[in-house]
Amino acid sequence: MTSPNVEKILDIVAAKAMVPRENLKLDAKLTELNISSLDVVEIVFALEDHFKIELPFNANAQNAEFETLGQVVALVENQIAAKNAA
Amino acid sequence: MHRVVVTGVGVASPLGCSIAEFTEKLFAGHCAIGPVTFTRPTGSITYRGAQVENFDASQHVDARKLSLMDRFSHLAVAAARQAWAQANIQPTPEFQQQCAVILGTGVGGQITMEEAYDRMWGNPTASRVHPLSVPRLMANANTSQVSMDLGLQGPGFTIASACASSTHAIGTAYHMVRSGMVRAAMTGGSEATLTLGCLKGWEALRVMSPDFCRPFSKGRQGMVLGEGAGCLMLERMDDATARGAKILAEMIGFGQSCDARDITTPDQGGMMRALQNALHDAGVEPTQVVHINAHGTGTRANDTTESAALKDVFGDHLHGMKTTANKSLFGHALGAAGALEMVATVLSLHHQRVPPTLHFVEPDPDCALVPITTTTETLPQGAIAIKNSFAFGGLNAVLVVRGC
Repeated sequence: MTSPNVEKILDIVAAKAMVPRENLKLDAKLTELNISSLDVVEIVFALEDHFKIELPFNANAQNAEFETLGQVVALVENQIAAKNAA
Repeated sequence: MHRVVVTGVGVASPLGCSIAEFTEKLFAGHCAIGPVTFTRPTGSITYRGAQVENFDASQHVDARKLSLMDRFSHLAVAAARQAWAQANIQPTPEFQQQCAVILGTGVGGQITMEEAYDRMWGNPTASRVHPLSVPRLMANANTSQVSMDLGLQGPGFTIASACASSTHAIGTAYHMVRSGMVRAAMTGGSEATLTLGCLKGWEALRVMSPDFCRPFSKGRQGMVLGEGAGCLMLERMDDATARGAKILAEMIGFGQSCDARDITTPDQGGMMRALQNALHDAGVEPTQVVHINAHGTGTRANDTTESAALKDVFGDHLHGMKTTANKSLFGHALGAAGALEMVATVLSLHHQRVPPTLHFVEPDPDCALVPITTTTETLPQGAIAIKNSFAFGGLNAVLVVRGC
């Protein structure tokens, strides 16, 4: 059983990237799911809007932290926790 | 077919608003990138950008016409006047009717547009916008204002192809003069989009560098927005020679292509076809080209893809070529970038020097080239150079030019 936040994150990813929800496993790479760089920008925007957080994402970062869905979820959850702790 | 030469250049740029100042700072490696701050009721916001600082439009534009223009037209008129003055043509009525004005811009009067939005959405009681909003913001205003300012009555239009706009404009003007359609052309482009709305838009795309623009360098973090205008006077070599004009360079080729693939991701194949088309148009072999003025935005995607396309076309010869990326000095002026960088390319050939690429840290294994970073590199007399521009939307343009 995953947390409501994880479910919402995956809902947003599925909707923005038009990927079937059941395909979204946490160890899946975004590239394997055919999620393009522009999809990622839209996903980040939607996640920031929904959770009222800021994600440190730069499309030029050469050590991308957005390789797998699990990394995206972890980053979002960290930012939510940081916001709640502030 | 006519041979076509450049007899005048002009700039309104973050490196200065005269060719003398631009030339000095270009070859010295002056960085014009710094903070751009906006004040809002909720506090100030600062971005990184390259501004045309201390630009006094009244020094370049007739007082009665100042309020008719957005900044992108002020900059264009300032640059065109310099190019026109340097060419020193004494125009006859026939010449005026046979001289084209072909400029580029990415978006037109962005400042005017945002002022109107601010007035309408920021003030609940506002019921109207500035009466000159439409003639200021229309994308063709830069071409129209330059044509009126200089009295040039031949074909005139503005080309919009994002970051390749003014390169497409210069190439189109070159082909029009070469074919005999027109006798001469004032060409180039202008852009003034260092606005809060525009910077917010680029920020949302997540491609902005937090500090500097580092083309082809490992660790680069993206682009830095600039602004400005560049103009070139193109005319038939026979005309220029007959009146004893100083010839700065000869235009020899123009190539274009569409990627037809993705709205933002660059395509190696599309870039390669534009490069090959340009060399074919110029009738030169890859090994004859010695200098590259790259598109070099400092983004991961562009620099990796551009260097791979250059390697496809030039092969091992690429490693002996002298490549520079001007955006590290004066940012990315979008629709004016090609014009400012083409002026820089003409000056490089004319002065036989290569401007340095700034902020380079170390070679990137994913990039097939290492740019020139010193201020001491020279070019031989009569060298051949290319100027690349590869736009969002997959629209590619490459110019080929030879020193004289």
